[in-house]
Amino acid sequence: MSDMIVPSFGNDEDTGRKLAIICSKGSLDMAYPAFILGNAALGEGIAVDLFFTFWGFDIINKKTMDHLKFSPVGNTATHMPAALSPLPGVTSFATHSLKKSLTELDVPEVRDFLGLLKDSGANIWACQLSADMNHLVKEDLYEGVDAIINASAFIEMTDGAQLLFI
Amino acid sequence: MPTTVIEGHNISVDDEGFLTEYDQWDPVIASALAVAIGVDLTDEHWKVINFLREDFKVNGATPTLRRVSTAGGIDTKSLFALFPKKPAKKMSYIAGLPKPAGCV
Repeated sequence: MSDMIVPSFGNDEDTGRKLAIICSKGSLDMAYPAFILGNAALGEGIAVDLFFTFWGFDIINKKTMDHLKFSPVGNTATHMPAALSPLPGVTSFATHSLKKSLTELDVPEVRDFLGLLKDSGANIWACQLSADMNHLVKEDLYEGVDAIINASAFIEMTDGAQLLFI
Repeated sequence: MPTTVIEGHNISVDDEGFLTEYDQWDPVIASALAVAIGVDLTDEHWKVINFLREDFKVNGATPTLRRVSTAGGIDTKSLFALFPKKPAKKMSYIAGLPKPAGCV
């Protein structure tokens, strides 16, 4: 056995690495980067806390989470003439094609992806101020949300974490 | 490409120790690999490993955790319980396959 090359899976050391992701945007194309990076981190044994605030609230609001949109307006990377992007129908077309590409790659929809993150051990937090501004309570939010907390609570609990602001 | 000795056999592996030849794997090797990374194999583990082996044979790629759950019917929570902390890497290591390349 002593000759065996064995990968180091970091079993013995607890690195204590943590990732905190702040989701402040509510469009479809801003939800997925957080999901995918969070999911990757969880798969590496890294603790992940997601904090949904401002427009990011749409991602965890039961009423809006299944209807997030992707708009090419102001997004030069879609390579679409700027004058066309605000036209009626363009957002729904762009949303549809983005969803289709994701489905083809077996990437789950927003609600399922949040479930996947929960099952993988993520903590999901909702911002108190955003809840108050939108007159929302915990029952209005996706059931996997751990709690509505204020900004200082989030900062406190993510002490030492690496931070992503999206 | 290095080789390593597992259960008395010379086995081709990559620099990290993942098996590189599909056909050099067998259940005895798997048990030795599991012991080496501190996993006690149960029937549930074998269900995952057998799915990985079959799926790789058909699709030519190691399934991701998501695929093990949607196509293999073993939910994500269980995968994290069976192969703690780094389930995707640990399950593919024991199954003698490369790490999954997919992101989700």
